Amino acid sequence: MKALFPPGHCRTPFYIRGKRGRILDLVDVEPDPEERAYGRSGLPAVPVWRVVFDQHELWPDYRGPDRDRVVVGIFEPWLEPLEDGG
Amino acid sequence: MSHDHEPDHDHGHLGHGHDHESHGHPPGQRHPFQPDLEDGPYSWHMALTDAVADLLLAKGLITADELRRTLEDIDSKSPALGARLVARAWVDPAFKARLLADVNAAAAELGIDAGPIPIRAVECKPGEHHVIVCTLCSCYPRLLLGPAPDWYKARAYRSRVVREPRAVLAEFGLELDPEVAVIVHDSTAELRFMVLPERPAGTEGWDEERLAALVTRDCLIGVARPTVPPA
Repeated sequence: MKALFPPGHCRTPFYIRGKRGRILDLVDVEPDPEERAYGRSGLPAVPVWRVVFDQHELWPDYRGPDRDRVVVGIFEPWLEPLEDGG
Repeated sequence: MSHDHEPDHDHGHLGHGHDHESHGHPPGQRHPFQPDLEDGPYSWHMALTDAVADLLLAKGLITADELRRTLEDIDSKSPALGARLVARAWVDPAFKARLLADVNAAAAELGIDAGPIPIRAVECKPGEHHVIVCTLCSCYPRLLLGPAPDWYKARAYRSRVVREPRAVLAEFGLELDPEVAVIVHDSTAELRFMVLPERPAGTEGWDEERLAALVTRDCLIGVARPTVPPA
């Protein structure tokens, strides 16, 4: 996930910014809410992916099993490949 | 719930059988009225809603009856509709596969209009428990399950269930073994979720109606599991 903090409306919660996740599946292609928030069309539509984050990645002090995780719908412009190619 | 909020309470105290000293206002003094809906502040968003509705009506784009009918339809949705889907999925594996692929289409098979927003079912399995939230606002499959409970929209639930889900579930009375992974679904995009819980043991041979009665709203959110009441 990109660690961006743009002004204005977006659908990316703060707690996953800059974190590493895995793609689960493609949800759909949807108009970009960051454009629609200002009365624009949001087109061309952008892919939305469901991304899985391990709780221990999100919260270093997480007390719980390694398999606990969070699944979040992410608009593709917020994704960037991992440096190690993972 | 305090009795002060019961709408029928302002009809005098005769026959209520409780003593006035503990009642919060002096004897002989009139019971305070319950506030009417209109007694709260008229907010900017309320004014905007009224203005848009008035314009749509004035321009003839919708009729008052269509507006009323839509509100009635929204209010008629309830967790019982989700429970019917779950019960059918428990008895019919082919239906379950279709439900997991497309909740809205599967609902239509049972004559249920789940609305235009796509809903995804997340399946609890042995070793895997699912729970839903919207950390950004309060997204909820309301066109299938009806309005969300107040706690679902509260900041406490929304912020804590992604941070310490096991503690939150324990507060709801759901203690999960460490072998069971907790998977939280955050509804951030144009997708809503419902939980497909596991069918409880001891329900072999039950018909759909009996099964559906086990599936409550909280089971469909994932803060509870269906349980068979003791015989």
